[in-house]
Amino acid sequence: MLMMSMEKIDDLFALIAEKQALYIPADNKDGAAEYTRWSEGVRYSSALNTLRSAKDFFFPQTENLVDFKMNGKNIEIIDTRKEAEDFVIFGVRACDAKSFTILDNVYLSEPVDTYYKTRREHGTVVTMACTKPAETCFCGTFGIDATQPGGDVECASDGKNIFFEAKTEKGKAFVESISSLLSEGDTSEVEKVKENTKEILAKLPLANLTTDAFGGDKLKEYFDSDKWAGLSESCLGCGTCTFVCPTCQCYDIKEFDTGHGIKRYRCWDSCMYSDFTKMAHGNPRLTQLERFRQRFMHKLVYYPANYDGEFSCVGCGRCLSKCPISMNIVKVMKALEVK
Amino acid sequence: MQKAIIEKAKLLLADGTVNRVIGWKKGDFAYDSTPAVFNSAEELDKDFVYDDFTAANVSKYLIKESQKEGRVLVFLKPCDTYSFNQLIKEHRINRDNVYIVGIECGGKLDIEKIKAKGISGIQSITNNDGTLTIETLYGTESVSADDAMAERCLTCKSKKHVVYDELMGEDGDVLDSNRFDQVAELENMTAEERYEFWRSQLSKCIRCNACRNVCPACSCENCVFDNPNSGIANKAPADSFEENMFHIIRAFHVAGRCTDCGECSRVCPQNIPLHLLNRKFIKDINELYGEYQAGADTESRAPLTNYTQNDCEPSVVHERGVE
Repeated sequence: MLMMSMEKIDDLFALIAEKQALYIPADNKDGAAEYTRWSEGVRYSSALNTLRSAKDFFFPQTENLVDFKMNGKNIEIIDTRKEAEDFVIFGVRACDAKSFTILDNVYLSEPVDTYYKTRREHGTVVTMACTKPAETCFCGTFGIDATQPGGDVECASDGKNIFFEAKTEKGKAFVESISSLLSEGDTSEVEKVKENTKEILAKLPLANLTTDAFGGDKLKEYFDSDKWAGLSESCLGCGTCTFVCPTCQCYDIKEFDTGHGIKRYRCWDSCMYSDFTKMAHGNPRLTQLERFRQRFMHKLVYYPANYDGEFSCVGCGRCLSKCPISMNIVKVMKALEVK
Repeated sequence: MQKAIIEKAKLLLADGTVNRVIGWKKGDFAYDSTPAVFNSAEELDKDFVYDDFTAANVSKYLIKESQKEGRVLVFLKPCDTYSFNQLIKEHRINRDNVYIVGIECGGKLDIEKIKAKGISGIQSITNNDGTLTIETLYGTESVSADDAMAERCLTCKSKKHVVYDELMGEDGDVLDSNRFDQVAELENMTAEERYEFWRSQLSKCIRCNACRNVCPACSCENCVFDNPNSGIANKAPADSFEENMFHIIRAFHVAGRCTDCGECSRVCPQNIPLHLLNRKFIKDINELYGEYQAGADTESRAPLTNYTQNDCEPSVVHERGVE
């Protein structure tokens, strides 16, 4: 398989960045990894994953949709989209790579979200196999193999070398573009690393969590469950879980009066917020119980009902780490589960 | 400690003093307890936990809980009692429906600090006299509990319970805390440096509202930032200053009422040191109006909602200078 010495990683980044914008996980001042635009001196983080997910690249937190300029009785409509640049995200983990498929289902089906689609077309996803999963990881629950992360190009490292395998046409072109740094190499070491990682994955505390009890046909079992009251009781109604989640995809559309026109933009929304689903007649979800239920029903029942049984969670564990009161999808699944 | 707390809770449930208990429920890992209401001795035995990681301040939940039928038992750490008192002062809690047992706190640990050392795959954490033995999927690690102490606990202001019906163990003292040192550091910066500091910190905000929602001083039924009729409701920054503005407004609104419990910084997923904004207000209030600790009592008038002839004039801002 094509490979490159880890020592050449900065050369690789420089080569990629010659042609395209490159984003890699790098440690910020607080010591947390976040996707950072590469430039000379930006170091590839050894962290398992980034604080925020990679969804921001295709579905940013805020995005201008259209401007309106008023001139007397005339309204000029201005398309604010800029020419999109080609970019590469390097080091995406299996969970985040899978989240793009989940977002694709929503945004690339009719009516196609052209803002999202443009970003997807311009982005190349280079993934990296995990070697040191954390206790909060449960990607296996959703059929994801952390050692085979997918994407346009799938990478794995044995600590000394990185191996590259193109998975799509876009990936082939990418591997071609960096071929000057690559050579053929023996994969026996990296295969050993993968086997070792699989053994650890099997031992993770959440390794036995399954989705067997959930799915698109389970609406009646869970919607009126008496467990929701207790589960949602301590929920603060903040948006942390939804904002760090790689698969949460809801947005709100807002308008901003600039004084001489209107900027219409969209921003991430959270079903945990009190004004989510607020409409002219009022709000059908009056309490936190209903908002809380919505988030988990969406991931475990509604989404699978709409998309061939696929769940809208990838087990990245960010909500497990970040929820201020440590309530999360794992606790919900365990509490709700009807065998 | 946990065992004694559970026994106390079972006793008070059994003799009818209370009909339920609010505390912390065991999670899936060594550190992820969730605030919860317990209704029976069985539930307490099964899931109640009080350990190094039960950091959540449960006072704010009493706004809702104390409106319900019957009396609820709550276990409050010293700093939580300040939040409770402040909520009593603001008439947000029905005191008659709450039975408080004060419990000791030796400071809580921050799991993020442990993970930041590269420790992953955590299976268990045991604290033996200040040394943590951490079993992980990748081997055993040893960490000093001091190194894992939550930021706010490093500058603990008080081990004293300012309100309780009953106390477990000995009461502590108000501490001579160094909590204003970091504020002083910020004050010693030039205006430009300080502006840069706060711009870079506050710009990390993702507007998840965790700081506001966890804050015991933020108990408005409908926050202006959520109210579509306020004209300033927003879920995301419409410009590059908006999330900065959100935090500044919030700090002003809780000024004089913030007890410095530090929940805001604890919950921030972006690690913004929000408590420093509030602490600056506390330090200024102390300096301009005399020592004042919000939540220390339920009777006194707070400096910012009181008037005395000795109050400083607004011009004090100019007299002190901007540098």
